[in-house]
Amino acid sequence: MKIAVLSGKGGVGKTLVSTNLTNILSKYTKIELLDCDVEEPNSNIFFNFEFNKKEKINLLVPEIDNQKCTKCGLCADSCQFGAINVFNHGVMVFNSLCHGCGVCSIVCPHEAISEKEKSIGTIEYGQKNNIYFGQGLLNIGEPSGVKIIRTLKKHSKNINLQILDAPPGASCSVVETLKNMNYAIIVTESTPFGFHDMKSVIEICQKMGLKMGIIINRYDKDYTEIEEYLNKNNIEILEKIPFSKEIALMYSKGELISQNDKYKIIFQNILNKIGVVQ
Amino acid sequence: MKQISIVSGKGGTGKTTLSGALNFLFQNNTAADCDVDASNLYLLLNPKLKKQYDYYGGKKAFIEQDKCIKCGKCQTLCRFDAIDFINEEFKINEYSCEGCNLCVLKCPVKAIELIDNRAGEYYLSENKKMKVIHGSLEPGEETSGGLVAEIRKKAIEVSKEEKTDYIIIDGAPGMGCPATSSITGVNYVIIVTEPTKSGIHDLKRIIDTTKHFKREFGIVINRFDLNIQNTELIEKFCKDNGIKLLGNISFDETVLKATQKQKSIIEYDSKAKEDIINIFNNLMEEIS
Repeated sequence: MKIAVLSGKGGVGKTLVSTNLTNILSKYTKIELLDCDVEEPNSNIFFNFEFNKKEKINLLVPEIDNQKCTKCGLCADSCQFGAINVFNHGVMVFNSLCHGCGVCSIVCPHEAISEKEKSIGTIEYGQKNNIYFGQGLLNIGEPSGVKIIRTLKKHSKNINLQILDAPPGASCSVVETLKNMNYAIIVTESTPFGFHDMKSVIEICQKMGLKMGIIINRYDKDYTEIEEYLNKNNIEILEKIPFSKEIALMYSKGELISQNDKYKIIFQNILNKIGVVQ
Repeated sequence: MKQISIVSGKGGTGKTTLSGALNFLFQNNTAADCDVDASNLYLLLNPKLKKQYDYYGGKKAFIEQDKCIKCGKCQTLCRFDAIDFINEEFKINEYSCEGCNLCVLKCPVKAIELIDNRAGEYYLSENKKMKVIHGSLEPGEETSGGLVAEIRKKAIEVSKEEKTDYIIIDGAPGMGCPATSSITGVNYVIIVTEPTKSGIHDLKRIIDTTKHFKREFGIVINRFDLNIQNTELIEKFCKDNGIKLLGNISFDETVLKATQKQKSIIEYDSKAKEDIINIFNNLMEEIS
């Protein structure tokens, strides 16, 4: 089973849920946790894995041979991302706009464009006891982590049981994380912000035909909108985690709250409801 | 006109709470919500919708099945894994396609074309105090950075028309394209963090990103009293690196209550409100 943990809104408890579920599951079986929040990966704060395998992720960007280039401008016209400009005195490539698609080198009639590798980030893997861990890290100043997520998943151990900590939001990198998943756990909080952003990710999961369940974190019984909406739309609530200063403090120190028997049950309940453990 | 952007690296640290409050504290300003994946600022500012604009992101490829000879060349060449083979047909995965046009150029029977893709919309709204530009990306779309750029362009246009002195930008989390599009060219960046290990980790990355784009910035520690030790770590880090600390915001349950009622914390007398007024005063000194 492959489970993605996502949230729409950031900071509502994705990492709390995915790290603690991993911790509980590792008592029973082998499990792989992949931190796909490559802009700001935080899962390893809670485990301190040492990495035995590192890989650089590169994008192929164009390199212009000015000897061969006739400044015909076909490359610039063909680039869908505005990453190449042709001026009287030469050609300029804007690497930060380049998606690495290769169109420019294909259309160049004079074979003046070759491709060179440019690093956009890294992926790293480690293991401790029953937990196999992988994370991606986007370089500062790079626009998109989609390729890093794709490679992180492809080069993982592909263990039967996987938990993926998704990036926040509801855009392309979230979709990349959700590909080939069997189940989505959506974490939200009892505020209009949480409610609004939860609806965006529910829509993605529905479009992708994914089974899903909701966790309401920092649950406040006086804010009823989320439950009303979920009941009306027949979407399962897996768990309500009350606001607790103790949880917040443990989290702030980088501790796994499921180490504490009082909170362990929360994550066992979630796993029971999804049907991972009986 | 000065542009001030509020970002955070880590999500959920209080960007929208702070930018909502600042939008009420500034005298003559335009608001822009650039967190297009999770556009929440309008929930606090509660403006009336005036105008709506379509946002077209990058194009997407489309395969005409009648023409396709199922040679599979497109799938082999695509660098984005965007072509699936389902039920004996090659199909574009609309979520993965980046609209680069490679498959269109290489299809031997010209069965593929690029079509326009409506990726979201943005709005001009207004409450009693200010104009608000906000937008929303269709769930699952890419090019959120492009939508952020459109929103900021519109905000500048509106600010010039209305002759406002400031644009207050609620930025996107992370440090990828929507986050960097929220800070390019602004006059000042406020980075909101929290005293958690995750917050500190992400703070360093967003500081590096802000420096990469050569922007002036200052730090706000939200819910600072939740873990005083971590707060002291952040304060020391700022001091050692010559980084301006604009102020701290107390952990205050009034913030949650205000948010649940879709009001800014500024409308409630509270510790958090006092803290934010103090931050506002420090900010004014920094930018004037």
